[in-house]
Amino acid sequence: MLSYDLAVIGGGPAGMAAALKAREEGVEKIVILERADTLGGILEQCIHTGFGLHYFGEELSGPEYAGRFIKQVNESDIEVKTDTMVLDISQDNVVTACNNVDGLITIKATAIVLAMGCRERPRGALSIAGSRASGIMTAGTAQKYVNINGYMPGKTVVILGSGDIGLIMARRMTLEGAKVKAVCELMPYSGGLTRNIVQCLEDFGIPLRLSCTVVKTHGRERLEGVTVANVDENLKPIPGTEEYIPCDTLMLSVGLIPENELSKNAGIELDSITNGPSVDEYRETNHKGVFACGNVLQVHDLVDYVTQESQIAGEGAAKYIKGEKKTGECIKTLGTNGVRYIVPQRINKQTDKSVKLYFRVGKVFKNVKLVVKCGDEVIMSNKKKKMTPGEMEYILIKLDTIKSLPADSTLTVTIEEA
Amino acid sequence: MRYDVAVIGGGVVGALISMKLSKYDIKIALLEKCNDVAMGTTKANSAIVHGGFDAMPGTLKAKLNVKGTGMMPELCRDLNVPYRNNGSLVLAFSDEEVEHIKVLYDRGVKNGVDRLEIISKERAKELEPNVSDEVKAALLSNTAGIVCPYELTIAAAEVAVTNGVDFIRNCEVKNITKLDGGRFELDTAAGKIETEYIINAAGIHSDEIAAMIGDDSIELVPRRGEYYLLDKSYGSLASHTIFQCPNKMGKGVLVTPTVDGNILIGPSASDDREKDNTDTTPDGLEFVLSKAFKSVPSINVRGAITSFAGVRSHPVTDDFIIGYSDKSDKFINCAGIESPGLSAAPAIAEYVEGLLIEKLSPRTKESFTVNRQAPVRFRHMNEQQRRELIEKNSAYGRIICRCETITEGEILDAIHAPAGARDVDGVKRRTRAGMGRCQGGFCSSKVVEILARELGTDMNEITKFGGNSKIIFERTK
Repeated sequence: MLSYDLAVIGGGPAGMAAALKAREEGVEKIVILERADTLGGILEQCIHTGFGLHYFGEELSGPEYAGRFIKQVNESDIEVKTDTMVLDISQDNVVTACNNVDGLITIKATAIVLAMGCRERPRGALSIAGSRASGIMTAGTAQKYVNINGYMPGKTVVILGSGDIGLIMARRMTLEGAKVKAVCELMPYSGGLTRNIVQCLEDFGIPLRLSCTVVKTHGRERLEGVTVANVDENLKPIPGTEEYIPCDTLMLSVGLIPENELSKNAGIELDSITNGPSVDEYRETNHKGVFACGNVLQVHDLVDYVTQESQIAGEGAAKYIKGEKKTGECIKTLGTNGVRYIVPQRINKQTDKSVKLYFRVGKVFKNVKLVVKCGDEVIMSNKKKKMTPGEMEYILIKLDTIKSLPADSTLTVTIEEA
Repeated sequence: MRYDVAVIGGGVVGALISMKLSKYDIKIALLEKCNDVAMGTTKANSAIVHGGFDAMPGTLKAKLNVKGTGMMPELCRDLNVPYRNNGSLVLAFSDEEVEHIKVLYDRGVKNGVDRLEIISKERAKELEPNVSDEVKAALLSNTAGIVCPYELTIAAAEVAVTNGVDFIRNCEVKNITKLDGGRFELDTAAGKIETEYIINAAGIHSDEIAAMIGDDSIELVPRRGEYYLLDKSYGSLASHTIFQCPNKMGKGVLVTPTVDGNILIGPSASDDREKDNTDTTPDGLEFVLSKAFKSVPSINVRGAITSFAGVRSHPVTDDFIIGYSDKSDKFINCAGIESPGLSAAPAIAEYVEGLLIEKLSPRTKESFTVNRQAPVRFRHMNEQQRRELIEKNSAYGRIICRCETITEGEILDAIHAPAGARDVDGVKRRTRAGMGRCQGGFCSSKVVEILARELGTDMNEITKFGGNSKIIFERTK
């Protein structure tokens, strides 16, 4: 059995940032286990720009953003095992993994950082009626074919879902000479970043059809077209609004799901809203010494925030390894009235820093107040011009506020009329 | 090419017949119009081995169902195909239905079904805690089971090919001519094929095949059934196969575990004119859900990882049509194989074997196999087995499908097996790569790469399931 202070599962932006931060904090023996053949995670296929504006203050492509961290990892003494799949995490923090060089390996780690990222919701989850032709794929799969393999996954395209990958792929396919006929979004608003709607759809004249969905796929072998229809306020298709759009490809960008099968098997408690582990302010799960960060914890909008979150987890893991991490009585956090969830889900009262609470809202809000309460007591109240489900929000809770709250109390973040 | 026997149709029936006949010293071709075996009714059905109490006494359905169900455990052992004797329940929700399950019980006894029991509500709830509280009684069939229909077919085809059967893909039969001397010439998409005997196991198209020799006696109705497949995390919802009382369109909507640990619910039943229409519909899926709720109220559509439809070939006579055609004593029909066709398939194959050897009197080969070697299943191995496996062949150390834990080695095995996989769905059915919760989102492109590499072709030549089902087009600019 191999032995490490820290095993990081996943070598994308989250895993790399956590490992580097832990190294900086003095953790010595670190290994990153990555299932792909290179570090970088999904950023490797995100060749568009827009990464790093917050973290580096400049606009980078995905591979450039990842490249900066890969360089640091390569220059450090952090070990990396690529093409390596983790199969199991045991109760006593033994990681079992395999690859075609080392065979089956077991690693005893003092601390573990989960950074496995997320996956796309597939067609099956939507129950779209119609045929099972080829040419129906998630936007991320299509992105891999275009940007990594160098093949066109389609020539005439309809995109269902206006998540960021769908918007990015609308532009990418257009630039490669495909005709993107429409982006259909079930909800009355887009789930993507405003800047992507402007830069990927509006700049290219691609129609965004809100409150619209694909109700049927046509074609026996290769897709020949889709029927789209408008939906009512209950998201049910409105009869009579059906329209047939000929296309050879349907791309799905209908949501991301944190990939927590390993966590679940290890008995790690998940939050039913985020589908990620339930964590404290240093992103430690209920499983002692196991931390989580990045899209496996909550689906982020910007990689910059993934990096920041992962540094918190890396710092937490370092404190844990050095025996400096304080745990004890906690304050719970709760989102209500349009605030869908809060990460972290709990804060140790003995913590040593102010804590940012991250969340998303359930619909578009304009000119409202974001209120933090403990019981009936209002702790903070901020005016907000606009909040949308596509963008992650945060609010800072100061250390002295945390110290002043009673143990076992609940901090509630809520939205009220301004 | 000249053959003694041409089996038309690579479904479960055609593959098992080919395997049965492959021990004889005769030249056999298994002709399949698609790019793989198990592409029709075989790949989209309830995957159930029925007790045998549904069919009317005296019918071929009744006889071959009970016999086939009895043969299934040993056959699956020989072929290393997953089978589980999980038993089935028919739920009765009203006094009328309680009477009906008694009728089914009596019918089962007449058909020769062993170990049938009428059980109380309490016992039914004990066996299946998630069934509805509205249940009044149930019929328990202890001999019923579940099997993977396409794996059974793939395994049978592998054994057949190992024993010398020619498996010819993309070989749609377009026309049949009777030659002088009584032989047949088949005009197929893969060229001309000459044969002494024909076994028509063409599923929903077997009426058309029969008509090619002037036999218009087969009348089939394509009956489409839709299903939902739920994620393995819902696998504990049911351990028995849970039926409702049958109606004139079939055995109704069932809730059943699969041998792979998922939950399958369905089918709906709608009679279409289109034989190859495997579209799902909002109404069909809604129907399936609403009926399944009645049996197991805690079913949640959020657990669905996919939905699909299959077409059953319903014979208007309501019984299997198996025997020599009136138009030729060298042409055996094997048509109208709807439910319980999968359960009956081993017995159908034996029955057809009997019909053929009566006339052909072939010699048995000196050496042949009835076993398929167990395929490597990394996901079912313990740590030690995995360690040794990767040491022997490092391709088993590379996981391609993360949801189902499928290795590159298993995919290579699937491609290079006798009658191996030629497309993405073929790899999926043989290995389960792409069958998990992400439904191939991550691994399908890797499977395309491996197929292209192993078959010595370009990635953009690889299809999902043959024909024009290509996955990608030309290279980017």
